[in-house]
Amino acid sequence: MEQPNLVYIDQLARGDESIKNILIEVIKTEFPNEINDYYISVEIKDFKKIEDNVHRIKHKFSILGLVKSYNIANEFEHNLREHELNLKEYEYFEKTLTVISEYLKTI
Amino acid sequence: MNCIVVDDEKIARVIIKILCDQITSLNLIEEFSSAIQAIKYLDNNNNKVDLIFLDIHMPNFSGLDFIKTLKNPPKIIFITSDPKFAKEAFEYDFIIDYLTKPIELPRFKKAIKKVEREFLNQNQLNKENEPDIKNDFYVNIDRTLIKIDLTSIYLIEAKGDYINIKTEDKNYLVHSTLKKIEEKLPDSLFLKVHRSYIINVKKIIDIEDNSVLIKKDVVPISRSKRAELMKRLDLL
Repeated sequence: MEQPNLVYIDQLARGDESIKNILIEVIKTEFPNEINDYYISVEIKDFKKIEDNVHRIKHKFSILGLVKSYNIANEFEHNLREHELNLKEYEYFEKTLTVISEYLKTI
Repeated sequence: MNCIVVDDEKIARVIIKILCDQITSLNLIEEFSSAIQAIKYLDNNNNKVDLIFLDIHMPNFSGLDFIKTLKNPPKIIFITSDPKFAKEAFEYDFIIDYLTKPIELPRFKKAIKKVEREFLNQNQLNKENEPDIKNDFYVNIDRTLIKIDLTSIYLIEAKGDYINIKTEDKNYLVHSTLKKIEEKLPDSLFLKVHRSYIINVKKIIDIEDNSVLIKKDVVPISRSKRAELMKRLDLL
């Protein structure tokens, strides 16, 4: 499983620690709320909402350099739009959520 | 350029702010988490916006719905995670580019260059379409060409084979006809009110019956010209 990194955030911050901290803080605040919304949507099986949640969350994947996870999330989102839940994509997506949650505790 | 960003994700708005801060010509004046907030902001005519960074995929009211509500759309750069959504964007000529998330600085700079180029072309086109308005002309008096500023003229009167051009500072007696000089004067400023008089309508002090007072000159108005003169005045 690929691991998150701060390459993109470092590129944006260009050595400015305060910018880097702002970006990390925003992700740390937004991400738990987003995955919470996602789990609620999954529980009520609202495909449209799950699709919206996945769409928002996958941006964090790309910010944290998770290229493979991003591509799978993209497919997952497209299939949800067609009201199809691909189990493999779903499982990979949720694994990525766990990996990011753990990673955010370390930064 | 005054810019705003419309994106439901805070991290996306923060990234746009960071990128804007790195380009001196950009001034990010507001950020909105929903298209509805942005519509309200743009409805206020005092808010001058040149460029919008707009997320396409937003819940309830998408970026594509948003652009359909704009009466005088500024330039727009779409922000999207999925370039497929951007296809529809290029049906509108005010959509200059689209940026795929995560946005990187070199690509962002390229998009801004496109916008600047677009503004430059637009200014050029506006200039080309501007009518060629003259501000002055030259008269020949005793073999000397003298420049006369059009806005300084308040009255021109026919005097036999000559015309007397009266300006704020000086009068010029020139060998010419009213017909000839009338062709050189902008209609927006001058009106022939009588066969012997052309007046600068901006310099009128008052109008009484069939005469007009300009500076200290009382000028007769032909019956046929009175209606045209009245049309030019900004009556209460």
